[in-house]
Amino acid sequence: MPDGTTVSQGRTWAAPTDESECLGEAVGLVYRSGDRTLIDGIDLQIPRAGRTVVMGANGAGKSLLLRLLHGLLLPSAGHVRWGGRPLDDALRQQQAMVFQRPVLLRRSVAANIRFVLKLRGRADQARVDATLDEVGLAAHAHQPARLLSGGEQQRLALARALATDPQVLFLDEPTASLDPASTAAIETIVNRAHARGTKIMFVTHDLGQARRLADDVIFLHYGQLAEQSPAQRFFDDPVSQAARDYLDGRLVIRKSSK
Amino acid sequence: MQDFSASFGLAFQLVLAADPDLLEIIALSLKVSLSAVAIACLIGLPVGTAIAMGRFRGRTATIILLNALMGLPPVVVGLLIYLLLSNAGPLGWMRLLYTPGAMIIAQAVLITPIVAALSREVVEQLHCEYAEQFRSLSVPRSSAAAALLWDARYSLLTVALAGFGRAVAEVGAVIIVGGNIDHLTRVMTTAIALETSKGDLALALALGIVLITLALSVNAAVMALRLTATRYAYA
Repeated sequence: MPDGTTVSQGRTWAAPTDESECLGEAVGLVYRSGDRTLIDGIDLQIPRAGRTVVMGANGAGKSLLLRLLHGLLLPSAGHVRWGGRPLDDALRQQQAMVFQRPVLLRRSVAANIRFVLKLRGRADQARVDATLDEVGLAAHAHQPARLLSGGEQQRLALARALATDPQVLFLDEPTASLDPASTAAIETIVNRAHARGTKIMFVTHDLGQARRLADDVIFLHYGQLAEQSPAQRFFDDPVSQAARDYLDGRLVIRKSSK
Repeated sequence: MQDFSASFGLAFQLVLAADPDLLEIIALSLKVSLSAVAIACLIGLPVGTAIAMGRFRGRTATIILLNALMGLPPVVVGLLIYLLLSNAGPLGWMRLLYTPGAMIIAQAVLITPIVAALSREVVEQLHCEYAEQFRSLSVPRSSAAAALLWDARYSLLTVALAGFGRAVAEVGAVIIVGGNIDHLTRVMTTAIALETSKGDLALALALGIVLITLALSVNAAVMALRLTATRYAYA
């Protein structure tokens, strides 16, 4: 067992040792849909610093976990806290999320940015221009947002999220359908946001991307937390069998519960 | 058959000569129906949006009721408005019966459910798409509603057009509450009904030609607008 890794109920995680290092936490998190338990008793602590990458196979509950942490879904049991407080609208305003498929308003590129800035009461043109400039979309400011390429649309969605100066930025497989150049552009923007102090929570299937981005990894397996480790340790010496199988590219098929 | 041909000829002459009586009837028709559409949109769009965004007990029943009200029989609406506005009715003091005002009210009652039901459908579709993003951004409900209405504006224009089409083409309600009084409450549809019964086919046909042309023009204009909007991915 690597240093700093704790074992509980058959699961392992490397929780931040100092409470001040912990930004958010999930306690006994459960999410059920009908008679299916999709998130099954997850306890985790989210370090204040760094980029946390959430990994796991399809159906592991990565996107659900992100939505629960961001408060887009209410848990069936358990709770989420950020800075020791339960998640509310005021806290959510300090967070932002980018979805796998960018949801853009049927307006121009600049109007999409202006919309969120107006919500936060700071919709001056200079800020709109600066935001678009940062993601390389200044030249497209007056184009309809939905006529941008897939990569540009995702960059706009990311720019819109960052325009709110979030403390935490959730990204749910933002590069899943993008080419390498567009993926690199997104990663660059994410890294810049991280360098400015934004906490990054990034869901990805892409092992290469996870290696490039992750400071620590949360690995989910069928709705359970299989492992939470610092990135280097996760990739070099994963603790859980599920993570080892995933990293080795082995197919793990759960038997039907019937 | 010769009579019909002559009637068509006379009808075109009336249209081309911009006959004052004809123009008066057309102007009143447009005034009544456009006013009714404006009122229906003022009421129907917020109602449709509220139902589209809301999650409340009885929502499905409300939607079913709203959809059912789209098929309100004009004569029944006319009769109800007549009862309300007649001297013995609760709104008799307004002295609106047999005025364009009564016709506007009748048409507004008739098409408000159409605007509300169709806008509910349009806005709900967009709301499904935006809801998670809006929640993530903590968009207040009023701002979300305004954004949905704005982004759905081209589709909602078609909804308003559907209301206008229904209003301008209906005869049952306006003839009951308006009375088809010459130079006062005579609109295209009531005039067509009257002139046909009198055998003055030329005026009836002329009005019919205008009515169809109007419907085609408005439809074409809205379609062109929507196509442009779709091309720029705004619809």
